[in-house]
Amino acid sequence: MATKVAVIQFPGTNCELDVAEVVQRLGAKPEIIFHDDHSIHNADAVIIAGGFAHGDYLRPGAIARFSPVMEPIVEFARAGGPVVGICNGFQVLTEAHLLPGALQKNARLKFRCEMVDLRVDSNDSALTSEAEVGQILRMPINHFEGNFTCSSETLAQLRDEDRVVLRYVENPNGSVDDIAGICNAQRNVVGLMPHPERASHGLLGSEDGLVLMRSVLTAAGAPVAV
Amino acid sequence: MTFDVQVEVSLRPGISDPEGATIERALPALGFDGVSDVRVGKSIRFSIDADDRSTAESSVQSICEKFLSNPVIEDVSIVVSGQAEASDGSDS
Repeated sequence: MATKVAVIQFPGTNCELDVAEVVQRLGAKPEIIFHDDHSIHNADAVIIAGGFAHGDYLRPGAIARFSPVMEPIVEFARAGGPVVGICNGFQVLTEAHLLPGALQKNARLKFRCEMVDLRVDSNDSALTSEAEVGQILRMPINHFEGNFTCSSETLAQLRDEDRVVLRYVENPNGSVDDIAGICNAQRNVVGLMPHPERASHGLLGSEDGLVLMRSVLTAAGAPVAV
Repeated sequence: MTFDVQVEVSLRPGISDPEGATIERALPALGFDGVSDVRVGKSIRFSIDADDRSTAESSVQSICEKFLSNPVIEDVSIVVSGQAEASDGSDS
């Protein structure tokens, strides 16, 4: 049976179809699950897609955190299941306390929508296992609040435990320590601001996101088709 | 009793405030010099039913911690006012 990936859609999420398309192309079975669901339908992995969950009102992710679907996601994450938050999904994961820190408005108050280079700094995570440490991946960012911020103690811990999985080669948003993506202590929950699903085909200008998407499927215990 | 609540959410000291910094940079262009330390926050107002002021305050504190602010980057200041004066006061 194909690996099943739950792609989470809140009101205002707008990247769920892109994520589902890539998941399908890699040979797994995507299922888009709306935020009011109390179950993730026995999925093997969860991807919280980008967008503007609940209009980003109050703070990005602040209201999404209380959506019914978050309860089974938190349970799944605690049990070691792979959970990845892309862009707005990363913001949701920090608000839900599945990942530390917070995502602030970008430095100089700039909405950044462009291709960036990322460096893989750890391949010990559900998102990066198929990549090489030091590998440079090119993919788009598209965010206003991607400026990762945390206390100096948290930052020291993230570094000591090798939990910064992706860094920007050139910092676009003011993130502390050039952080583009981090994982939790168990390494099964990962958040990143860039969009791997938008770098999944030559026609999109880059295929570098595929290695990350494949890693998620590997973490889900899947035989991967591509 | 119903209490009026005013919550001010602001970025914690030491957390960069890109919005404040942008406002600060814009001011000299408009001819306003000498403005510094601009910080931008949110003001949230609501009413709350509670038996007494201290119950109201502790509910509001909890609402702020769980929802209205992100304690990783934000501080809150809370003012609870309203009917409490009428009921606590001896001079009605």
